[in-house]
Amino acid sequence: MTWNRDMLAFLAFLALAIAAPAAVYPVFLMKVLCFALFACAFNLLVGYVGLLSFGHAMFFGGAAYISGHVVKVWGWPTELGILAGTACAALLGLVTGAIAIRRQGIYFAMVTLALAQMVFFFCLQANFTGGEDGIQAIPRRPLLGLLDIKNDLTFYYVVLAVFCAGFLVIYRTIHSPFGQVLKAIRENEPRAVSLGYRVDQYKLLAFVLSAALAGTAGATKAIVFQLASLTDVQWQMSGEVVLMTLVGGMGTVFGPIVGAGVIITMQNYLAGFGEWVLVIQGLIFVVVVLAFRRGVVGELMAWWRRRAGG
Amino acid sequence: MRTRMMLLSAAAMLAAGGAQAQMSDGVVKIGVLNDQSGLYADLTGQGSVWSARKAIEDFGAAAKGLKVEVVFADHQNKPDVGSNVVRQWYDVDKVDVVVDVPTSSVALAVNQITKEKNKVFLVSGAATADLTGKACSPNTVHWTYDTWALANGTANAVVKTGGDSWFFLTADYAFGHALERDTEAVVLARGGKVLGKVRHPFPGTDFSSFLLQAQGSKAKVIGLANAGGDTINSIKQAGEFGITAGGQSIASLLLFITDVHALGLKTAQGLVFTESWYWDLNDANRAFAKEFAPANKGNHPTMIHAGVYAAVTHYLKAVTALKSDADGAAVVKQMKALPTEDKLFGKGTVRADGRKVHDMYLFEVKKPAESKGPWDYYKLRATIPAAEAFRPLKDGGCSLVN
Repeated sequence: MTWNRDMLAFLAFLALAIAAPAAVYPVFLMKVLCFALFACAFNLLVGYVGLLSFGHAMFFGGAAYISGHVVKVWGWPTELGILAGTACAALLGLVTGAIAIRRQGIYFAMVTLALAQMVFFFCLQANFTGGEDGIQAIPRRPLLGLLDIKNDLTFYYVVLAVFCAGFLVIYRTIHSPFGQVLKAIRENEPRAVSLGYRVDQYKLLAFVLSAALAGTAGATKAIVFQLASLTDVQWQMSGEVVLMTLVGGMGTVFGPIVGAGVIITMQNYLAGFGEWVLVIQGLIFVVVVLAFRRGVVGELMAWWRRRAGG
Repeated sequence: MRTRMMLLSAAAMLAAGGAQAQMSDGVVKIGVLNDQSGLYADLTGQGSVWSARKAIEDFGAAAKGLKVEVVFADHQNKPDVGSNVVRQWYDVDKVDVVVDVPTSSVALAVNQITKEKNKVFLVSGAATADLTGKACSPNTVHWTYDTWALANGTANAVVKTGGDSWFFLTADYAFGHALERDTEAVVLARGGKVLGKVRHPFPGTDFSSFLLQAQGSKAKVIGLANAGGDTINSIKQAGEFGITAGGQSIASLLLFITDVHALGLKTAQGLVFTESWYWDLNDANRAFAKEFAPANKGNHPTMIHAGVYAAVTHYLKAVTALKSDADGAAVVKQMKALPTEDKLFGKGTVRADGRKVHDMYLFEVKKPAESKGPWDYYKLRATIPAAEAFRPLKDGGCSLVN
């Protein structure tokens, strides 16, 4: 039953996404998709395992630098560049995760934040990242030697495919026996331990998965904008993804997509207000936390359930 | 016979509609991209937008049948925000030319996108000499100043007057690095030495530990390779540490009149620096400032504002001469072919590498007693003739020069 409803929602989203470039600027849509994937990956950890990472920017931005570097300097093809970014993010996730999952709650968040700051300073000082300049003019080489992704429209559908692949991986993870264990850990970790689950291994695997997918999003974004810069690894980016997930609905499958859409649209169309965008974002955050804590999608689903029940 | 008549009349109609029809979508659209809210907002910001509009008005665009529009945006000094805006401007909003763009990292990103989309990029706010060096592009004209010209002007003068040992306090991003590199080269070439350097995060607020290092180095001159709020804060804090009172002098490699205004003459007096334009140099400049100030909260124009005015004026001349704004590279080629002449920078040329060449000036900040009132801040120390003011064409490593 759930499967069918989610399936319908996903198909509706897909139809919308395929038709969207007719009305909206494709580069903007690609940006939304990259951030949506980033938020979905983050949501896998916070919404289904209950681990609030405050350092996800290091996977997103780190992968952006890696893919930018291998494509621009080493001349790798685009698809390998994105894969390299993903792989490096997964590796970084493995190391970070192994350290961070030993602690819970605020300590977990602080460990991830501290490690992310270390990655940030590495990126600021390392030679290959270009410091404040970032890596600029990353070429968009034909995908698989065939598809000309210099054309924004073609590339949009490629990014959509990448997003869907990532999204389906997350969906499958959540609805597998592995996902059931993750949810059990979220609800009551000691009980999961008492049932004989090796909780740390589950958490670590979820962390690596989340990091890898965040990396895919970051690597793709670097190719879209032909630019990998410090903005992507800054701690504000880690905060933004929390915001997107909360606004959309933590622990819902589609919530992060809606959240990313809302936040990116705001940033894009309110850019004229300059720094005031941050104030507006803060206000929205406060409103969401106070008034509809389940986020946009969470509230909608609750409303649907109430109606169906009543 | 009838067909020939028809063809002829059609040709005549086309010729009549010529001037306007060939502008892409009938409008020349100018996008002013700069910092509207952050640390460079005063020295670029709305002042640049005003200057662009003023240039259009003075050019008499409407009377010449040219329809020109101005749009503007805030890039928040972030290259990804800037490149996002510029892509959207070129692809969706049909912007033909991007102007100003302070912050070198953003300017380098815009430079690359502009080349890819074959539009025009007129740089006034950004400083990095790479824009006409290894990153040079057939679609870019760099107008007001660059790191090489600043370093050359100031370092030459300071070393000549005995300031032969330097310590650099550098903003840790492309602009700071370039400024430091170029200044160091001049200092070394003149027989001076560099005792050390330290890089501070951008934008920074607390410079105390860096300034203490500078003080401890015993260098005669502390070179500030930063800009805007960073420069203001470091000069203020240097005053608090008694650095100038202790006999070391400060060479600010990039200083704008809005910075001097913020510092006050008491703190800023005696600073030596290079600029390409000052409002009180001649009557034309004074007239421009007189119109500028009431429209901009009483602030007087910086050289960046003047550069925006002059660059837009020259661009409009080139577009009028070509009767088309469609091909960015062709417009820039025309800009290079035409000698420049405007009321703020006088006569000049645009070089093959995109560098606009004009005189630079070495200024010193007046003592409070010498100033006749607000905004009367500079004394002219020397004029650096155009031929010596900028990096020689062959040294830039620009691929357009051979």
